[in-house]
Amino acid sequence: MIRGIVRFVDRRSGSAPFLRKTLRYLFPDHWSFLLGEVALYSFIVLVATGVYLTLFYENSTAKVVYHGPYAPLQGEEMTQAYRSVLDISTTVKAGLLIRQTHHWAADIFIAAIVLHLLRIFFTGAYRKPRELTYWIGLTILMVSLLEGFLGYSIVDDLLSGMGLAIAYGVAMSLPFVGANVSALIWDGPFPGKHDFYSRMYIAHVFLLPALIAVLLTVHLALVAMKHHTQFRSGPRQSERKVVGVPTFPGQTPRSLGLLFAVAGVLFLLGGLVQINPIWLWGPYHTYLSTNGAQPDWYLGWLIGGLRLVPGFDLVIGDYTLVPNPFWGGAAFPLVVFLFLYLWPWIERKLTGDYGYHNLLDRPRESPLRTAVGWALLTWVFLVFVAGSSDRAYVLFNVPYIPQIWAYRVLAFVAPPVSGLIAFWVCRELQAGERVERRRKRAEEEAEAAEAAV
Amino acid sequence: MGRAKDALISGIVLLLRRRKPRPLGPGERERVVPPAPDNPGWELTAVLLLLAGAACAIAFVVVYVLDRLPAHTQLLGLSLGLSLLFIAAALIVTAHRLIVTEELEDDYPVLEHPEEQELIVQVVEDSGLTRRRLLKLALLTAGGALTAAVLTPIASLGPAVDLVRFYATPWRRGTRLVDEHGKPYKASDIEEDNFYTAFAEGSDKEALPSSLVLVRLPKGSLKLPRELAHYAAEGIVAYSKICTHAGCAISLYRAPLFQPDEPTPALVCPCHYSTFNPADGGTVTFGPAGRKLPMLPLLVAPNGELRAGGNFDQPVGPSWWGVRERKPRT
Repeated sequence: MIRGIVRFVDRRSGSAPFLRKTLRYLFPDHWSFLLGEVALYSFIVLVATGVYLTLFYENSTAKVVYHGPYAPLQGEEMTQAYRSVLDISTTVKAGLLIRQTHHWAADIFIAAIVLHLLRIFFTGAYRKPRELTYWIGLTILMVSLLEGFLGYSIVDDLLSGMGLAIAYGVAMSLPFVGANVSALIWDGPFPGKHDFYSRMYIAHVFLLPALIAVLLTVHLALVAMKHHTQFRSGPRQSERKVVGVPTFPGQTPRSLGLLFAVAGVLFLLGGLVQINPIWLWGPYHTYLSTNGAQPDWYLGWLIGGLRLVPGFDLVIGDYTLVPNPFWGGAAFPLVVFLFLYLWPWIERKLTGDYGYHNLLDRPRESPLRTAVGWALLTWVFLVFVAGSSDRAYVLFNVPYIPQIWAYRVLAFVAPPVSGLIAFWVCRELQAGERVERRRKRAEEEAEAAEAAV
Repeated sequence: MGRAKDALISGIVLLLRRRKPRPLGPGERERVVPPAPDNPGWELTAVLLLLAGAACAIAFVVVYVLDRLPAHTQLLGLSLGLSLLFIAAALIVTAHRLIVTEELEDDYPVLEHPEEQELIVQVVEDSGLTRRRLLKLALLTAGGALTAAVLTPIASLGPAVDLVRFYATPWRRGTRLVDEHGKPYKASDIEEDNFYTAFAEGSDKEALPSSLVLVRLPKGSLKLPRELAHYAAEGIVAYSKICTHAGCAISLYRAPLFQPDEPTPALVCPCHYSTFNPADGGTVTFGPAGRKLPMLPLLVAPNGELRAGGNFDQPVGPSWWGVRERKPRT
């Protein structure tokens, strides 16, 4: 039976050598190598649940009056888009489960990508010959941020609308072309025409997912072509030899197990932990907003950036050049991503290391990289936390304005300080290991001498 | 005693010695994958986990059909999630206990192929195409022109050049201020320490320049600059409801109810907490907004209705490159 299938496929495609290689492709083992896989499996859940949701979602801004089972919105005027998502959440059987699982999967998808990125960065996995893989990974992250944002924007509840208003403010603030670009995207001034919703919809359900899928395929192909990186966990691992478990039989049940575990956790979350209860927010109108609104976690750093920038527009007389949202909403993330894109090149220039690397560093083994990465992480994380300062005000009664001033100062002071501390810690850990090694060698020598006597 | 010791040692040596590969019997072949460990206990565990997974999957279908159950979504999520997790557990038991975990070595591929690189360069060069400069130039021209042509329809996406409409507002001298249901506001409707949303009568309420916030300030607290002094009417001031920072609605009015904390009334946008002073024409007192809130001149008609005295003193909504921070021409 197996022989028959293999023969059939090989005779018609000649792919037996390739299949055999694939079956015996080696996966080095370390828990942190699973983070990328978690992202991949979340993406699979996203596509599956997303396709289901498109079967019910109505992409229309036509106004309807709500007469559904959710009493508080009875008789309220809203768009068909919002009404259809209300229906998914109330009348469609299993609709709420799928919708909440979709939302959780999006949050975890991006969280897994970010953790995966941290792993790649701090172990130096992006180094030659894997820069292309790294750049494509960064691009997937950027596209995913936009994809996630569009996902909760097309629902057209109050939070969606507030998010879109901010996106409009940031788009308008782009130097030279802000108003022109916004007019193109929204088909005129905010809130735009109905075709703006068609654009968001096709981007969210087709263009961006297809782009992510293509990038993901190239990302994985590039990984496989060069084989995985590995830690130097024993004498067998080297720059030339990879040590690992083959795809089949070893890795397959492990990876499938992880796929099922990720999907299981996502459906448990989707069923048991409420997320984005849109019926509570109500429909959006440009003249409405609500206090304490928080975006999905992965946009927290942008909210923080927008809130921290002091109040100024760049103007000459009464002629505006660069409006304020540009700094926190566009320049800040662009600088972070630009730095991440350029980092492999910067590191090569700084260290003069142009060689191939298949072995990973532990963070302590490259104090410079760890310090730089830690400083960047501190910066982004601080701004992210600053995005929740209004929550800190409500929950812990910390006055808002002093908080903002503290974050403004910390955003400049904390990154270099934490970078220096990281550098020092790496050095100390290395020194500690050297002492340990020397002690061990001395002990062995002493033992050998004793034995000789 | 010595015998026993010898036997023990030889036994250990025999056990430790790598077993010589058994000669292959007829019909047998050499193994590629070493034999899996025999683990009946774990096999039973995996089988039970898979059956539990199946049971939960069936439970999901049952819950789906019985839609009268309370906590329907929770039960659906629980049954499907547990089903997936049981199967995951079975797979992980399989991976670690029922199949062999080989630790194999392989070579990292050599990535550089200098000869191939050279060949590619040669093929391109030998084709002769790279040397025909005029042809290259013409190709570039054609390519560039065609790209431009194909990109032109993007202009249909929106009025990208016509930026005048970003200044357009529905407010003229005499435009009535109405509430959400279209009922005109009277000056006497506006109470102190309260906050009202108004719209230009007959306008699209969703358009950014349509909505206003109305507040009445305590007597004597108005400190409007000279050019805006006539904008207030009977202590009532009107501002655009759209924040000049990022376009959210300004829906917080901080009247000084808690004296020592908050000394002055303030209009606050809940998105990024830009804070504007309604008493002095809408200047920014805190937060990221880069310019003042647009103020609308107010009139009180003889019948007590609130009317606009003209257009705003500033463009409405988020700023852009080239916007003038002054009264838009109408």
